[in-house]
Amino acid sequence: MIAHCYQAMPEPDQRHRPLYWLLVLPTVAPLAVPFYNRLEPTLLGVPFFYWYQLACAVLATVVISIVYIGVRR
Amino acid sequence: MSDRDVEIAVFVLLMTVMMGLGLAAARWRQPQSIHSLEEWGVGGRAFGSWVTWFLLGGSMYTAYTFVAVPALTYGVGALGFFAVPFAIATTPVAFILSARAWSVSHRHGFVTPGEMAGARFGSPGLAALVAVTGIVATMPYVSVQLLSLQAVFKTLGVDGEWPLLVAVGLVSVSTFRSGLRAPALLSIAKDILLVWVVVSGVLIVAMSGGWGTTFRRAAEHFAKTPSPADGLLLSGPGQIGYLTMVVGSALSIFAYPHAVIAIIAARDRSTVQRNTAALPVYCLALGLMGLLGLFAVANGVVPLGRDLNTITPQLFHKLLPGWSAGIAYATLGVAALIPAAVMSIAAANAFTRSIYRQYLRPDAGPAEEARVSRWASLVVKFGAVAVILLLDPAYSAELQLIGGAVILQTIPAVMFGLTTAWLHRAALIAGLVTGLVTAVAMLYRIPQLGPGGVVVKAHFGGSSWSFGDGVMVYVGLIALLVNLVVSVAGTVLLRLAKVPAGIDRTRPEDYTADVGDPMVKRLDDLLDGLPRTPGGAHTRPFAPPPHQRGVTTPRRRTRF
Repeated sequence: MIAHCYQAMPEPDQRHRPLYWLLVLPTVAPLAVPFYNRLEPTLLGVPFFYWYQLACAVLATVVISIVYIGVRR
Repeated sequence: MSDRDVEIAVFVLLMTVMMGLGLAAARWRQPQSIHSLEEWGVGGRAFGSWVTWFLLGGSMYTAYTFVAVPALTYGVGALGFFAVPFAIATTPVAFILSARAWSVSHRHGFVTPGEMAGARFGSPGLAALVAVTGIVATMPYVSVQLLSLQAVFKTLGVDGEWPLLVAVGLVSVSTFRSGLRAPALLSIAKDILLVWVVVSGVLIVAMSGGWGTTFRRAAEHFAKTPSPADGLLLSGPGQIGYLTMVVGSALSIFAYPHAVIAIIAARDRSTVQRNTAALPVYCLALGLMGLLGLFAVANGVVPLGRDLNTITPQLFHKLLPGWSAGIAYATLGVAALIPAAVMSIAAANAFTRSIYRQYLRPDAGPAEEARVSRWASLVVKFGAVAVILLLDPAYSAELQLIGGAVILQTIPAVMFGLTTAWLHRAALIAGLVTGLVTAVAMLYRIPQLGPGGVVVKAHFGGSSWSFGDGVMVYVGLIALLVNLVVSVAGTVLLRLAKVPAGIDRTRPEDYTADVGDPMVKRLDDLLDGLPRTPGGAHTRPFAPPPHQRGVTTPRRRTRF
């Protein structure tokens, strides 16, 4: 059930501006191609190129969650 | 029973169950009346966090990605992995933009990206152009989904076109009846199967010597091929091509009408935001599928009849026991039909809202809109089948390629429109058209080169433009650059010439509104004529008096 109490909405985009800068991290990490285009170090036999990019997915989830929680508060 | 019989039996059984689910979906959280675009087209805008997550995942991580990504890594190695970083890079941007898209859509009752652009820049012409671009880009996207399904049928040894027609017929009936609820419910069922496929994928790799062996064998294979572009890593100049593919695709994915529809079907703003945080989980599944392509290389899996789309089903056939392969096939099958359904609904909504209601029947009511969308969605689906049946299958993969570059051209109007109204409507239209012409002209001039640099096909042979020395740049991105230059320069000129810009029908606070905001409902009522009050208000000919709005109990909405 949705609460239908109408409160004045603050401007979420303005209040927590510094926190939004964290989002740059997961955006840039998967774009740093020359950095991760290498085989070593391997993880469980998987070359760096592959596991680094999968690790970026985890990073994105963590960072976006932090921003989401921070902005909601 | 042979292994093959077991595979077919499990596949048919699961697909039948899925189709039954799709038909039953009309009764799931049954609305008072499904005869409005609000209900049919965006599921009553009441999907919670979980359903939205499954629906977004189901419509964006499609069978095509699960079939094409392994096919690409199988063929070229590292270069084929680009789908993973693009899917990640897109989420932080989506975190901000999709929430704004949700808010403005809910205040104004939009269901398509075209309407957002049209209202922001005060231009129905721009809205129609974005809608047409969206439909043109979506149609081949539906086709490639069906091609993936056909690859499964091919692997199962079922030839001919009839199974495809049966599948599309069934999914059409369930979409026609249930609207967006059908693919939403199916997405949940599909993801349960997908977990099974991922787990069994990890298990077969572990049992076949682990990743170390896989990568060593794959490296040996790529070393033997004459092509310099393939391998476990990108070549020096290949990195630029990789980067431009990642950036281009990351921008385009949320510009597709079907991604927008999944976002605005969410219940509230934070549902959308939570979802973008959780979406990278799908990237892990996608990445694993990419690695399975390399695993197929290492284990000498060969495609059927040189059709690389059959790599994934062939891999399942070779390495999994019959019943398990059957589950995997069903996963691919449903994963193909869900996006086909969502995409056809999205394209149909775009037609109804930005063309039919705008130009053909301005006084069309909610029931008429829903009816037009239903029939239009059928046209889109069977249009996609016709594309496959009438044209060479290889040709529809090219259309998909063009589709990606085409949809990218709506970015300035739709995505920039979410943050600024500075651009001029005429400049945006000029930019969009120039971008489209540039993209298609460049794609037309790209030949496909076989081994030794022989031209296999003269036109539409790829999506990357060669600048010599192995430096390739994604065409969509070049065209977008042209588009942006025209849009910005045009805006500056038009403003200097004092040509009046369109009137922005949105206000800054429209982009941050949430459920608690009274305007979210009122404007929705105003524009749509859909008072959302209890007791089947959708069918009521009159709106309740203003003082009743918002204080009455809302329609039954259960959390999933």
